[in-house]
Amino acid sequence: MWNDHELSKMVNKNIPFPMLSDQDGSIGKTYGIYDEDSGVETRGRFIIDPDGIIQGFEVLTPSVGRNVSESIRQINAFQLVRNSKGTEATPSGWKPGKPTLKPSPELVGNVWKEWKVSQAFED
Amino acid sequence: MPEEFKPGCQRPPIKKPAPETTLAAEPNVKEMKQAMVKVGKPAPEFTAAGYYDGKFMNFSLSEYKGKWVLLCFYPGDFTFV
Repeated sequence: MWNDHELSKMVNKNIPFPMLSDQDGSIGKTYGIYDEDSGVETRGRFIIDPDGIIQGFEVLTPSVGRNVSESIRQINAFQLVRNSKGTEATPSGWKPGKPTLKPSPELVGNVWKEWKVSQAFED
Repeated sequence: MPEEFKPGCQRPPIKKPAPETTLAAEPNVKEMKQAMVKVGKPAPEFTAAGYYDGKFMNFSLSEYKGKWVLLCFYPGDFTFV
């Protein structure tokens, strides 16, 4: 009904991902994001990799919406790290195209040479 | 593949795995569940009724092995994400 009345109007087609029902809140309880007092799910968001491993999550109370771009940035970062088989890491503020770090004993104490504080912020 | 079903006026039945422990072991179950949702640990498996591409189907998280999944919970329809 939500799809018919609103969502399909926003994106001009059906929603391109499954919308699931957790009518008794059991999935939300398992994931630790169900609010027993108000009887609703909070805004929990989980990034799950191709092996079914949770790589990251964020949980907000209902009044504040999520930043979709940030979720996508994190997925891009997790994908890069996975493809590098752990040889690369994405420092604060990393976005696709920005430099990564190569974790090693030599990097300890030397991150300042490779990464500037200004890179942590939007340019 | 997700299995399709025809929804009636009734809400779809909830598919639940058989309980693993008895009520007496409840505190342990809670502890275990909390321990399960951690970064670097497997996402708990679930099956839920859902709507996709004009059809009502049962979806299981395990069907998405091999893909990246963004699992989002939200408090109610007609709210933002």
